[in-house]
Amino acid sequence: MLEIKNLSLTLEGDKGPVEILKDINLVLEDHLLYVFTGPNGGGKSSLAKVIMGIYKATTGSIALDGTDITELGVTERARLGIGYAFQQPPRFKGLTVGELLQLAAGEDRKVKEFSLLYDVGLCPQDYVDREVDVSLSGGELKRIEIASLLARKLKIAIYDEPEAGIDLWSFSRLTDTFKKINERFDTTMILISHQERILSLADEIILIADGRIAEKGKRDTVWPLIMGEASCINCDECVEGNDEVAECYR
Amino acid sequence: MKLLNAIDKHILQTVAGMHDIPQGAYNIRKNGEGVSRNSTANIEIRPKEDKPGIDIIVKPGTKGESVHIPVILTAEGLEDLVYNTFDIGEGADVLIIAGCGIHNPGDKNARHDGIHNFIIRKGARVHYVENHYGEGDSLGKKILNPKTIIEIEEDGYAEMELVQISGVDDTKRDTEARLHKNAHLLVTERMLTDGDQFAESKIIVELLGWDSSARIISRSVARDKSRQIFYPVAVGMNRCRAHVQCDAIIMHQAHVRSIPEIAANHADAQLVHEAAIGKIAGEQLIKLMTMGLSESEAEETILKGFLK
Ligand SMILES: Nc1ncnc2c1ncn2[C@@H]1O[C@H](COP(=O)(O)OP(=O)(O)OP(=O)(O)O)[C@@H](O)[C@H]1O
Ligand SMILES: [Mg+2]
Repeated sequence: MLEIKNLSLTLEGDKGPVEILKDINLVLEDHLLYVFTGPNGGGKSSLAKVIMGIYKATTGSIALDGTDITELGVTERARLGIGYAFQQPPRFKGLTVGELLQLAAGEDRKVKEFSLLYDVGLCPQDYVDREVDVSLSGGELKRIEIASLLARKLKIAIYDEPEAGIDLWSFSRLTDTFKKINERFDTTMILISHQERILSLADEIILIADGRIAEKGKRDTVWPLIMGEASCINCDECVEGNDEVAECYR
Repeated sequence: MKLLNAIDKHILQTVAGMHDIPQGAYNIRKNGEGVSRNSTANIEIRPKEDKPGIDIIVKPGTKGESVHIPVILTAEGLEDLVYNTFDIGEGADVLIIAGCGIHNPGDKNARHDGIHNFIIRKGARVHYVENHYGEGDSLGKKILNPKTIIEIEEDGYAEMELVQISGVDDTKRDTEARLHKNAHLLVTERMLTDGDQFAESKIIVELLGWDSSARIISRSVARDKSRQIFYPVAVGMNRCRAHVQCDAIIMHQAHVRSIPEIAANHADAQLVHEAAIGKIAGEQLIKLMTMGLSESEAEETILKGFLK
């Protein structure tokens, strides 16, 4: 279980400090699948990075299974069972897909790289010895990133826009994989997504806009907001007649 | 074979992967003299008569054989100069493992200058691996200055792996290759310098023949206050292709200069160069840390992959 209390994040921007996350309070239970959704720039990836320890919370606290982890760094949190699959994964010269997956699984576990690759819709024979470098397409890289999280035994698994760049054929295999993990393991799954089919997997949807949790609840409660039946949730700057309304998230 | 001690054996293992006397032809040179040599039916190794060094003559058509020619320096103040000639007969296909390891026990410099001449005859193929290594904490420098001249005849192919990962204080490498019709060359260079080390590498490839091609891939890591300079040059004299790629990771207070040059003297020459110098990308470190590696383990993993 992950408990986030009164969390805020301020980062240094070009024009001084920017408040990215405000007053976040959240309890994420074991075994449940959460979807973080909301407008671009709303703060979803930032919240994920704060959970992973990549960004350090400016105020507030985070606890994993009752233990305060607010002061822990990335490595320590990873070793406690928190994992994050990047929205834009980095590439590595000279590191093969198989090696990356083995590193992810950890020294003491023999990684099942073939079944992992299969789970993300890649033909294992073709990919296991390829380098994770510029020769991979965006979608291939993204799937390997997902596999690198699937390789680990995690308490908290965060997938940042796993569907991005992934073709329709592989997409349903991916959603099946998420469902399977959710059924079999106690892992708290967090999928950051804009995709209806991923939203429909959620036990609970968390709508993040303008650095805040705008809504949290079962699909039925949050869905109307996302589908635009409710009023603007991103900010209060756009009023009728303002041209920027078109850019506003409904 | 004259007795080799534990240090010698360690060096042989490091530079040439030798745990025992190798299969096939070999020549082991220690502190300026040959200590052990073996020729085979197809590969003859004989000492030069006019100067220090050996001739390695591979009979035409020889396939699947290997030659080991490691050099060991374990004395301070030694300046070893050696000329080796490799004559690879038509249609042969061989592996050559060279390498030089210096264990310098004293405060005077130890230096090995190897001048290697390759003649790769029609349709022959060579895979050449050269590993340079130094050890010893004393003040004496470990210096290695290899010069390699490669002539590849029609339809010939050479793959040169040049590796220097540890312990060489000072190096100036000079590589020259001339490629004839449909000849191909692949040079991969791997280099790591640290402390106050200095390394300079010059590679000049002349593509003389129709449809010849060359790839030069250099990857290096410069740590601490070390300095590196790279001058890869590809000159196209005919319809040909060449790709020069220099990639360096720079750390701490190191200095790296990379000066690739391509020159075309024929309208059908296709020459490309890429050069990049940068530090380890922060996202790479963080990605590996999110998988449970410490920052130094992540750094180590990235460098190891990069220099593979
Ligand atoms: N390192 C940073 N420095 C400054 N600003 C940042 C930094 N990282 C994120 N931001 C800003 O924080 C806000 C939230 O970004 P974040 O990436 O969390 O959004 P998101 O909800 O994941 O959006 P998307 O749907 O586009 O992925 C954005 O306005 C972004 O520009
Ligand atoms: Mg994002």
